[in-house]
Amino acid sequence: MKQRPQPPSFAQRLFRWFCHPDLVDHIEGDLFQEYNQRIGKVGKRKADLAFTVDVIKLFRPGIIKPVEGYRHLNTYGMYKSYFKIGWRNLVRSKGYSLINIGGLAIGMMVAILNGLWVWDELSYNQSFDNYDRIAHVAEISNNDDGSRGIGTTMTYPLGTALMGDYRHEFDNITRSTSFRDRIVANGEVAFTATGLYVDPSAPAIFSLHMLAGTREGLSQPNSIMLSRSLAESLFGSEDPLNRVLRLNNKSDVMVTGVYTDFPQNSEFNTIRYLTTWDLYLAENKWIEQRALTDWRNHFIKIYVLIPEGKTFAEVADKIKPALQFDPLDEELARKKRERKLGLYPMSDWHLQPPWEPDGQVNPLVMVKLVGIIGGFVLALACINFINLSTARAERRAKEIGIRKTIGSVRSQLVSQFLAESFLVVSSAFILALGLTVLALPGFNLIASKSILMPWNNLWFWAAGASLVAITSLVAGFYPAIYLSSFNPVKALKGNLRMGRLASIPRKALVVFQFSISVMLIIGTVVVYKQIQFAKNRPVGYDRNGLIMMPKRTEAFNGKYQVLRNELKNTGVVFEVSESMGPMTDVFSGNGGWDWKDRDPSYDKSFGTLAVSHLHGKTVGWQFLQGRDFDIDNPTDSNGLVINEATLKIMGLKDPIGEEVSWTWWADKGRVMHYKIIGVIKDPVMESPYSPTKPVVFYVKGLNGTPSWMNIRINPNISASEALPKIEAAFKRVISAVPFDYKFADEEYAKKFGREERVGNLATVFAILAIFISCLGLLGLVSFMAETRTKEIGIRKVLGASTLRLWRMLSKDFVALVLIACLVAAPGAHYLMSEWLQRFEYRVTLSPWVFILTILSAVGIALLTVSYQAIKSATMNPVNSLKSE
Amino acid sequence: MKKYQLGEFEEIVILTIAILQKEAYGASIKHEIETRLSRKVSMGAMHTALIRLERKGYVKSFSGESTEERMGRPRRYFSITGAGKKAIEASRDARIELWSAIPKIVMDLKVV
Repeated sequence: MKQRPQPPSFAQRLFRWFCHPDLVDHIEGDLFQEYNQRIGKVGKRKADLAFTVDVIKLFRPGIIKPVEGYRHLNTYGMYKSYFKIGWRNLVRSKGYSLINIGGLAIGMMVAILNGLWVWDELSYNQSFDNYDRIAHVAEISNNDDGSRGIGTTMTYPLGTALMGDYRHEFDNITRSTSFRDRIVANGEVAFTATGLYVDPSAPAIFSLHMLAGTREGLSQPNSIMLSRSLAESLFGSEDPLNRVLRLNNKSDVMVTGVYTDFPQNSEFNTIRYLTTWDLYLAENKWIEQRALTDWRNHFIKIYVLIPEGKTFAEVADKIKPALQFDPLDEELARKKRERKLGLYPMSDWHLQPPWEPDGQVNPLVMVKLVGIIGGFVLALACINFINLSTARAERRAKEIGIRKTIGSVRSQLVSQFLAESFLVVSSAFILALGLTVLALPGFNLIASKSILMPWNNLWFWAAGASLVAITSLVAGFYPAIYLSSFNPVKALKGNLRMGRLASIPRKALVVFQFSISVMLIIGTVVVYKQIQFAKNRPVGYDRNGLIMMPKRTEAFNGKYQVLRNELKNTGVVFEVSESMGPMTDVFSGNGGWDWKDRDPSYDKSFGTLAVSHLHGKTVGWQFLQGRDFDIDNPTDSNGLVINEATLKIMGLKDPIGEEVSWTWWADKGRVMHYKIIGVIKDPVMESPYSPTKPVVFYVKGLNGTPSWMNIRINPNISASEALPKIEAAFKRVISAVPFDYKFADEEYAKKFGREERVGNLATVFAILAIFISCLGLLGLVSFMAETRTKEIGIRKVLGASTLRLWRMLSKDFVALVLIACLVAAPGAHYLMSEWLQRFEYRVTLSPWVFILTILSAVGIALLTVSYQAIKSATMNPVNSLKSE
Repeated sequence: MKKYQLGEFEEIVILTIAILQKEAYGASIKHEIETRLSRKVSMGAMHTALIRLERKGYVKSFSGESTEERMGRPRRYFSITGAGKKAIEASRDARIELWSAIPKIVMDLKVV
């Protein structure tokens, strides 16, 4: 074939170079056409010239390609279209979008709240600069039952040894008392505040942020450092530096520094002042007299800062020889428990406490649990998304068919659907942030935290971004795979039948959703039952109208009788007594008890509490036998009141008048002889979940003196009326001490605080979980009803009753919920029995809990389904058949 | 009459498109103008005019078939849109309006 003549190639190339790509083809065509016609008329040479001239004349603004590029060289436009289509889909079906976004937002809110909680727990104590180098010196023992015991209360000589011979093993070290409540007074202005007596090195170890003064401020014996809040309460806007305060009406101390309060989520959040170890020794002469070389008396804390680059284990190995035992304990320590010296790092203080009160969930387990629950609630919302997307797949079958026909590859479709789920999840996240802000105050209240939204924290946003990403993936992945798998031919023909198998994953997910919800509900109910069970436990004394007051200073000494008379003269006080510790605690325990026919192997100790006469009358003991300590009966000073638990251990048939003796552990020669004068119903003084321990009460004992006052308000007079009069009487007798008191019923209620917090949190989560699940169910059933509109219409025309239609539409879903309950019940039973094992005094898991929960879960699901089912069943068939 | 903007050459091009009906593409439009009005039309001027017209919405274009003569390059056909029709009508009316306003005598003089 003859080759057509070609126009000059440089002109062609020039044109192709400058011409706008959208125009190049047809203008070139025109040029060629002209050229070919010209060749016929004027010959090739002139045609070539004309072609070149034409090309040059085409070099003008409208035709030259723009400098910045004419086309987006990325796939931005495609993503834009994904979001556009996604948005249109959302807007077209508002109801489903609402369910999806609303449900996801609630799920994410729970996830965010739980995340904040977990973060708060994990960042406990991290405000200390030396967080990873601070430790308690502790005695670590292996208990008989295999558990590890950690004691952080140490002996005085150990402190001396560590600060002397072993000092070089640490970067720094300080001894400290346990938390001490003291009256801090600036002239007339006085407050009770918690603080510590420490060595001068403590402010550096605990990295105090000084607002005034320096960290070296505790080098003088009579100095004190105040937290900002206490300084402000005491001095207002005045400068507190170098002012003199009176501590407990006894010692004068000078303010040498003010520091920023310890943050809420730190070990020392209640500490308001630090004062010196020397002052502690000066206030407690007995230490120098008796404790300096006593290896038995544990009463001090030792904090150390280990050198950088060393591990706690390394340092602990080095200091092990410092621990010595009293000859009395040596054998016991070696044989039985193998007590060893160790270091208990700060990072474990909060999450792995040395001992767990009865029933308390280990904080680390709690952190995991809260995290898991947050994840589950979010998963429930993701399931809604998955179910609604796949159920409504038929709607989009045509779109998918066309996209595939035009040439979409499956991976492109998958990314399209993922982009859609990203759109939904992102809007849900924004909504969830709003909800979190609204819910946070309530959440803080329930969880007794003070968490703030960390808006400025980059990690928070990083976590939020990954939450969105992960949720989009989890929620969008299965629908994306499922939708993109359609055969385009079938999809376009419109006979895409999902078949029975297609709905099985959806059903399984609904079952999963409801199992989780039902388990949460059962858990919540059991927690509440347990709390209620413990609350209903007979307490053995009367909590109402009972005021308890610690006698914090020596100002109380010798004033008891005067105070008692003053109080009784007010007319609002029924009776007054003294006791060792409050009614809600057992402060002291001792062994060495002997009685008639004692089993010689019994070596456990009894709670030993000293009380004043008429204590029983004041607190309302319920006597099973015998009577209270009577002032008028002189022999009662050798009397003993025991509780039921003690009686059970003693096994005495007729306890009243029986002789009991108590040998003091430190001095075998000191023996006290008592006569039992009364047996009382077990008063619940410690954990309401544990069986009552044996406790004995006496008027005069070998240890301790009554340190609390109990005031029983006249039952006919209200507390608000009585309190001012009591305070006035109190001030008349002891003017220098703030009137500090506690209500017994409030103190008792605190024992349930933790469990109630868990219960309240669980309730909120359970309600949200069942709500999200029902939301999904509502979406599914309304979709079913929508696709079956015609069928329902025909059935009605043929005579089906509303009831039958309702049954038809609800049956499947209720069956799913029932299956879910059957799955959930054994699981919940297992988990909750496990939880209840923590309590010695526990409710039995009655089958009614499960039956009622299942009934209510089915009931709620049925209500949800019925709402839509009845709506469709009562529709006028004329309308539903006419529609289209 | 600022409503319809139509340059002189643009008007010629769009009128030619109207004449050619379904046969209006670059080369044919150029050829038609050249033969009817016996004036030279450069490829650049014409395509610029076409692009302007299309941007103004007076004409629309679509790709068509190609021939051997064009060495396989497709034709781009142009057709008048509703707006384009209104624009040329407005332009015509404006001219008639002006023509009718010219005094007869002037016309006579000019003719003579």
